[in-house]
Amino acid sequence: MYKYIWLVPLLPLIGAAINGLLGRALRFTEQLIGGIAVGSVALSFLIALAAVYSYGFGGEARWPKAYITNEASAFKFDWIPGGAVRLTKGQRTASVDVSAGQTQPTSTAVNQGSVLNVEWSYQLDPLTAIFMLVVTGVGLCIFVFATGYMHGETGYYRFFAYMGLFMFMMLVLVMGSNFLMMFVGWEGVGLCSYLLIGYYFDRQEAADASRKAFITNRVGDFGFALAVFAVIATFGTSQYTDVVGQAASYPVETLGHWGIMSWIALGLFIGACGKSAQLPLHVWLPDAMAGPTPVSALIHAATMVTAGLYMLTRTNVIFQHSQTMLLVVTIVGAATALFAATIGITQNDIKKVLAYSTVSQLGFMFLACGVGAFAIGIFHVMTHAFFKALMFLGAGSVIHGMHHEQDMRRMGGLKKYMPYTYWTFFAGWLAICGIIPFSGFWSKDEILWNAVSTTYVPFGWIFWAVATIAAICTAFYMTRLMAMTFWGKERFLGGHAGGEADEAHASAYDKGLQPHDAQKVSAGDRPRHAPGEHAHIPHESPKNMWIPLAVLAVLATVGGLVGVGPAFKFITRRDHPGARLNIVTWLNPVVWNPVTHGFGPSEHEATGQASRAEETSHPATAGEAGAGTEAKGFVPAPYSDTGFNLAHATAERLGHTATEWLFILISLAAAGTGIGLGFLFYVKDTSLPNIWAARLRPLYEASHNKYWVDEFYGWAITRRTMDLARAVYAFDAKVVDGAVNGLAALSRLISRITGGVDKYFVDGIVNSIAAFVIRLVSPIVRAAQTGLAQNYALVMVIGLLIAVVVFFYPDIVRAWSSH
Amino acid sequence: MLSTVTPVLIFLQAEVSRTSVAWERIQHPDLAKFLVFGALLFVIGVAGVLTRRNIIVIFMSIELILNAANLNFIAFARYLQETGNANAVAGQIFTVFIIVVAAAEAAIGLGIVIALYRNKETILLDQIDILKW
Repeated sequence: MYKYIWLVPLLPLIGAAINGLLGRALRFTEQLIGGIAVGSVALSFLIALAAVYSYGFGGEARWPKAYITNEASAFKFDWIPGGAVRLTKGQRTASVDVSAGQTQPTSTAVNQGSVLNVEWSYQLDPLTAIFMLVVTGVGLCIFVFATGYMHGETGYYRFFAYMGLFMFMMLVLVMGSNFLMMFVGWEGVGLCSYLLIGYYFDRQEAADASRKAFITNRVGDFGFALAVFAVIATFGTSQYTDVVGQAASYPVETLGHWGIMSWIALGLFIGACGKSAQLPLHVWLPDAMAGPTPVSALIHAATMVTAGLYMLTRTNVIFQHSQTMLLVVTIVGAATALFAATIGITQNDIKKVLAYSTVSQLGFMFLACGVGAFAIGIFHVMTHAFFKALMFLGAGSVIHGMHHEQDMRRMGGLKKYMPYTYWTFFAGWLAICGIIPFSGFWSKDEILWNAVSTTYVPFGWIFWAVATIAAICTAFYMTRLMAMTFWGKERFLGGHAGGEADEAHASAYDKGLQPHDAQKVSAGDRPRHAPGEHAHIPHESPKNMWIPLAVLAVLATVGGLVGVGPAFKFITRRDHPGARLNIVTWLNPVVWNPVTHGFGPSEHEATGQASRAEETSHPATAGEAGAGTEAKGFVPAPYSDTGFNLAHATAERLGHTATEWLFILISLAAAGTGIGLGFLFYVKDTSLPNIWAARLRPLYEASHNKYWVDEFYGWAITRRTMDLARAVYAFDAKVVDGAVNGLAALSRLISRITGGVDKYFVDGIVNSIAAFVIRLVSPIVRAAQTGLAQNYALVMVIGLLIAVVVFFYPDIVRAWSSH
Repeated sequence: MLSTVTPVLIFLQAEVSRTSVAWERIQHPDLAKFLVFGALLFVIGVAGVLTRRNIIVIFMSIELILNAANLNFIAFARYLQETGNANAVAGQIFTVFIIVVAAAEAAIGLGIVIALYRNKETILLDQIDILKW
């Protein structure tokens, strides 16, 4: 079945093409457009599901080896046939990795040429499988939701065409078998993101946001492109399998050592920062909320922004060869997590809160990757996709029910009016806060645990502390969001009395009897009336909107069970229960292990017997080098010594399991603290927020204004760019144009001089000679012109006679002499 | 008798033969005569063109020149036919052309003369000297 994965990206593309090319011309109805879009994605999801099942579990299971569709010509075409182009492989430096205590193989294949051939083929491996399922599965829910949400929009066909195109591009990104296909998908999703943010292109704000997103992403893409070039130049190929295989034998670069792997990783990471909205390139994501809410859910929360994580994990071999870059990833991830979480606390727009929450959660994922827990990062990608898509769609449902009101200060008490939305949102809230056993708990706790116990980078405990504070903030702002939206006083009436009429209007709309709003032209997420001027009673969303919510709520609740960690060994008897169904085990084949220099946790499993659930306690047992000084049960430091480690220190006193539980309790306590504070501030005593905002005025202002990053960029980059442009313009106008104009003036001067010479000197000579000749000759010639025809005739006759004489001169002479 | 008659007969015979030669010569005159005649015609025409003032007369003189040329053409054509080339008709064809052209020229020329007369009240060439620079 996995032979047919090439259909997975193709189907949404076909759907998008039908909708986009014919939707307007043939005046498709909304049902037809929605049917095509949802149908194509649903079919693609089913194929993906079947493919992943047969890949991982069936009789002909390929796991843990990657399946590429170029096998047995299932699907492949030569996309960029390299032909005669020969790339020279970079010189490998042979070095001894001190920390691992073993000598790297010295370079044997130096300067070996290779021909770059890029093929278009899809790859199915554990990482792709997860992304494929998340993209199509969550995407399907969002497509269904969007059919309801976008009801009545002008450009309905356009929306679904873009969405389908996005699905295609995203699937190319995650399913491609080489870096260049990833790049195509990468740029493609960027384009679709641009198109969809600017869906309401008649609004200045949306148009600006789309451009901002596009331009900010260009910065990241620049790094990514450089990294891809470097990969091709170094390895002579862009195929993942080849690159990963070659990269694994490169020497590890420890902290502060900038070798080729570090540079490649840096480029890739800049790309990931742009796409996944990490500091300092996060500015576009909150603004991207100007797009329709399903877009925010699909692209700017669940799938596209996680492309950076996909790339990091895909190239984890490269990243793990550079301790420096791991540290950079960790720092950026932790900083972003805290930074965005603190901003989320003070935002009033429901979508803005969720946007900063997304940025923050992406920071958590990067943190996980940075401390070496790539599988956990992907785990969080998955759970986050569930609960954040759920919450975005829930927010969409609220916005829809509130008749396009996004300001939480004018919501409140919606629990009564929108029960389905409320209860599904409730599940998402518990998940993101990290309450056991909701999905967010499992992944976030694993991230925190990996941060505190990491042996990959130094200062793990600092990152853990930062992330824990960020987790408290997360719980706090999500509780605030719940309280302001669903609980408490109803603030949406705003002195408006005519509730019944609105109720009637709302229910009539949901039955599809009349258009949503008679006045609207192209509505969407814009407030169509001034606040309080024309308030509505909120209403629950139609079925095709809350059913996807319910599905996602179930996933957000139980989705985390695929990643139950080692701390629950006393129940599950295993570190990672569920064998291949456990996400860590499942991802082992793609995660390189710098301790064993193989894939997966140990040599033993990497060689293909991984189908058995690991009975071995922890990856550490397989570490053969330098594990003696480490606390028992931890990964030995694969690189240089990382100094103080909080988890190790604790474990030495309390033992391994107790330590794990201690940190689980801390993470639960963090969630509890956040939720408790949220209750205190926004449910118990609603005057507290104002009091504390006043008390912490500078902090509040900083957070409310998003730390003035936009203003800073506006001043430091936009304004400076404008200055530069102005300077360049001035240079052009003054210097370049001046030079050209000066040359022109000079040549004009020269021409005037030469013109004068010509006119007065040369012409003078010519004219005077001519005048002399004419004066001399003209009387004679004029005299010949009598004007009498007979004179002319006479001349003709004389001429005739002369001609006769000249021509017949010999004959005349002969005739004369003969007489 | 016979002896007295014989010289007469001889004379007659010679006369007869002479007259027959002359007849022959009348029948087939020399090319030169035609050429001389043509030349005379030409000269008369040229003299007329150069000396007469009346445009009509000048036209008539031009006709003489053209006919001189015609005569030459005919003469040469005939001469060539006599001397063996039975197909030498080019001269005759030319003559026909010249006649046509002369007719056309006369028509146009007389039209010009009328127009001239209307403007200048004269057809005397020496009073018309606008044909200069």
